[in-house]
Amino acid sequence: MSTRLTSNGWMINRNVAVEFTFNGKRLRGYEGDTLASALLANDQMLVGRSFKYHRPRGIVASGPEEPNALVNLGSGARLEPNQRTTTTELFDGLEAQSQNHWPSLEYDVGVLNNYASRFLPAGFYYKTFIHPRAAWKHVFEPIIRKSAGLGQAPKDRDADHYEQAYGYCDVLVAGGGVAGLQAALVAGRAGARVWLVEEATVWGGRARVDGDIIDGMAAQAWVDQTVTALMAMPNVTMRLRCQAAGVHDHGYVLLSERVADHTPGDGRPRQRLWRLRATRIITATGAIERPLSFPGNDIPGVMLAGAVRDFVGKWAVSPGDRTVIVTNNDDAYRTAIALHGAGLEVVAVVDARVSVNGDLPERVRALGIRVETGKGIAKVKGTKRVEGVEICVQAGEGKASSFVACDCVAMSGGWSPVVHLWSHCGGKLAWDEAGAFFRPDPDRPPLSHDGRAMVIAAGAANGALRAAATDADAAARIALDMLAMKPAKATAPMHDLPEEGAMAPVWVMPQGADIALRSKMWLDFQNDVKVSDVQLAAREGYESVEHTKRYTTLGMATDQGKLSNINGLAVLAESLNMAIPQVGTTTFRPPYTPVTLGALAGEARGEIFQPLRRTPMHAWHEKNGAYFEPVGYWRRPYCFPRAGETHDQAVHREVRNTRNAVGLLDASTLGKIIVKGPDAGRFLDMLYTGVMSTLPIGKCRYGLMCNEQGFLSDDGVVARIDEDTWLCHTTSGGADRIHGWMEDWLQCEWWDWQVFTANVTEQYAQVAVVGPNARKLLERLGGMDLSKETLPFMQWADGTLGGFAVRVYRISFSGELSYEIAVDAGQGAAFWQALIAAGVEFGAMPYGTEALHIMRAEKGFIMIGDETDGTVIPQDLGLDWAISKKKADFLGKRGQQRSFLANADRWKLVGFETLDGSVIQDGAYIVGQGVNANNQRNVQGRVTSTYFSPTLNRGIAMGLLRHGPQRMGEVVEFSKIEGGTVQARVVNPVFFDKDGEKQNV
Amino acid sequence: MLILECPYCGVKAEETELSPGGEAHLKRFGPDSSDADFEAYMFARKNPKGVHFERWRHAYGCGKWFLAARCTATLEVFGTYPAQSTEPPVEVIDKIKAKRPDWKGFK
Repeated sequence: MSTRLTSNGWMINRNVAVEFTFNGKRLRGYEGDTLASALLANDQMLVGRSFKYHRPRGIVASGPEEPNALVNLGSGARLEPNQRTTTTELFDGLEAQSQNHWPSLEYDVGVLNNYASRFLPAGFYYKTFIHPRAAWKHVFEPIIRKSAGLGQAPKDRDADHYEQAYGYCDVLVAGGGVAGLQAALVAGRAGARVWLVEEATVWGGRARVDGDIIDGMAAQAWVDQTVTALMAMPNVTMRLRCQAAGVHDHGYVLLSERVADHTPGDGRPRQRLWRLRATRIITATGAIERPLSFPGNDIPGVMLAGAVRDFVGKWAVSPGDRTVIVTNNDDAYRTAIALHGAGLEVVAVVDARVSVNGDLPERVRALGIRVETGKGIAKVKGTKRVEGVEICVQAGEGKASSFVACDCVAMSGGWSPVVHLWSHCGGKLAWDEAGAFFRPDPDRPPLSHDGRAMVIAAGAANGALRAAATDADAAARIALDMLAMKPAKATAPMHDLPEEGAMAPVWVMPQGADIALRSKMWLDFQNDVKVSDVQLAAREGYESVEHTKRYTTLGMATDQGKLSNINGLAVLAESLNMAIPQVGTTTFRPPYTPVTLGALAGEARGEIFQPLRRTPMHAWHEKNGAYFEPVGYWRRPYCFPRAGETHDQAVHREVRNTRNAVGLLDASTLGKIIVKGPDAGRFLDMLYTGVMSTLPIGKCRYGLMCNEQGFLSDDGVVARIDEDTWLCHTTSGGADRIHGWMEDWLQCEWWDWQVFTANVTEQYAQVAVVGPNARKLLERLGGMDLSKETLPFMQWADGTLGGFAVRVYRISFSGELSYEIAVDAGQGAAFWQALIAAGVEFGAMPYGTEALHIMRAEKGFIMIGDETDGTVIPQDLGLDWAISKKKADFLGKRGQQRSFLANADRWKLVGFETLDGSVIQDGAYIVGQGVNANNQRNVQGRVTSTYFSPTLNRGIAMGLLRHGPQRMGEVVEFSKIEGGTVQARVVNPVFFDKDGEKQNV
Repeated sequence: MLILECPYCGVKAEETELSPGGEAHLKRFGPDSSDADFEAYMFARKNPKGVHFERWRHAYGCGKWFLAARCTATLEVFGTYPAQSTEPPVEVIDKIKAKRPDWKGFK
């Protein structure tokens, strides 16, 4: 059993007990525990079930590489699945639930998959769920969905908040072990702005637990001294609980800082995402120990050797009373020494190497511990807990030579540098024969903007597993040289190292294992990928490591192959009879460990998810019960419902009132761009399809803009202000885009033309006063002559109304007598209220965007985004009259000459009236004869705008129809979403006041 | 996330401040151009793994368009220069040639 020891435990404070629950069971740990160490201290070795076979899973590692010990952490609004117990700090009241089992962790029905495992080989899903096709929807998919994923997704809104912050530095040092500390020290002393980040809660990494001696000092003394020196430097920023999660282009690094994960609800942001820009990055991220592939290596109680001595040393937890160590290198002997020192029994060290005589093995032998050389593990006995191992000859086929009872197996297959940060931006790796690992290739680093190395590897992350601080000293000097900075005079720290014997790469144990044994050697513990699966994939032709990964799911678990990748691709290489470097690795993608979505969103959620644009009259609209709709970043009133009214009823009232009396529309969102300069007329002639240069001062003209392909992009009324000034109205959503479009052509194509543009959309509030009583209402305000003679249709004038300085455009988007009146934005609210007040006697009511849409549709006016979708040219909409035939060139002219756009068979705009008066559904197609190659009904057109017209008391629609204008009076059929069709007659798209008499009074 | 120096305001701008505008140094073909010329202008874009010339706008800064020469594979930036250039400046060309001896030129 696993238990708490009385000695050791420098991470825990035995004076402060902490209570927590695991699957509802109340347990106790100490301050400083991780959830993993506290679980082990309570003899909770079984902590989860594997993904595919639901096999029992125990804690295997002690850091972020942990693949097994994942839990649902918290509850309700603080529930988060797949949390690694090995990096979760224990706090009072912590709640954890194990995952992927039913009905309970101890008795899981899903384990039946385990006994059917030979029917669930690699690629099982691909091979099985193919036929019959019909079974997909009702059988396969529901089953797969139910069994997908490990933890539960939270259902409540996240109760926590998150923040993002920015940082800048010359050198970022990722990792606060002895390598990172030394690199930061060298860079800091040279005066560089340094950031040093460490994901754990303490500095020093593995040095103390490994018993390192640096410059004659015990590791912890050296660490303390270095941290003190760094803290005294104002140019060095140090952050614990802060992981460099991803390295991106040009030194952009995301740091994930766990601020209050261990103190939930204390008011601080739970996590902080740093968006750091570093000129150079030193990755001192250490190394991860590899498991060994022997039969039964997944049974709870089989752990990494380094993790075992972490638990014994740091948290005073014994994973077992009797431990067998199995290794192919000298480092694992440190675990034997640590266990022995803690008074625990090391039954045997099983070493795959034949000749073992390094300093550490000799010390272990001197302690009286049995060392079996040339041996391996033939079998691990036990199901939910290790009961013992059978030892065999490594070179053989797995005939057991002896049985040893034990309750813990500490394995070490050697260590692999953590090359993730090096690789995120394309740093290449070299195969190190001696260590049997990939390490950063200094000749092929990831590059920064200047073409020089962006990342420099230091210490164990650079392959210097033992003399890490010495290596990091050199790395920091390289970084300083690139920054043109001089290191202070100091000698590199020296490690006092024992003589270590060479490790022997062991990928399968025992070497000659048959298929039965290889089917019990786990590579990926979480996803249940075994040696036999990778070998099967290779036999079936999956030779690329990327294909094998996806076929077998090797390395696709939440640990992203931190434990399994090297072993897996070594097995693949062996199966393919290739060298490991030839097979290569899968791609290392950020983040290093998952970053929670809340941190990536930061503060941008809820009300401040995106900025809102409000017109000067917005507050009045809110106060008067407007129902808003989004238009770009704007919020515009859709309608102003009165008590007891539905939105439809409100819209219809607004339309009728505007047609019969007078309506007021807040048109402030309309885009307004001033184009000014000696070449402004020439410029607008290029931009619009029509001619704007000839527009007389004081007049307005409707214009269309197309992109270079000829497709209609925006429309609006242009007013000539003076000799060299035009004001261009754009659509509400289009102002910024069109302004950018103008600047693009002015800056990049016609840069010798003398033109200025200014987007003044927000400088003016604009109100449309619309309806038969519009003039009477404005005359009541008084101040300028608005008669038909002085201000005819399509003209504008400056003046005053009710004391407000105004510019009045006599333009109409409704077919009614209509004035659009611009005032300074600051006067907008007051002017609007003056209109509302003066309008009472004329029956004035505000109206919203839906009434606007209906009235324009009744008049057959097009709307950008309804009648257009980026594939429609003005000619499709019958707007040929707005396209100049005289101009030699305008944007889109050449595009429109292309054969498909000049084709007479295009769908063209017409109106539709249903025979039964109903409203055609949005997006309906006009069905044609026969079917196409995919056996779908042919179509000959589609609806673009469809409304109930309160004016005509029937459904009206506009749409595009093949040869439309030549088919007036014909009856066509529109599809319905529920099936069937509705008949409609092809009519003129102008439904109301065809001669335009109403607007021209 | 790239950093490009705006040649107008001198700001070393982060990619979030910029908006991309595709390939630089395109020649516009208008009415009376051949179908082949128009097609090339409208649609045919280089997609090199290596040296590339691009249009960028300092959209959330000074608002100016500028051009950048960079390597699409390594993200190395050889230089930025005003949009009012019909071809890359000599110093940018020289820098690219020095760093990429095999480079075939910008056309």
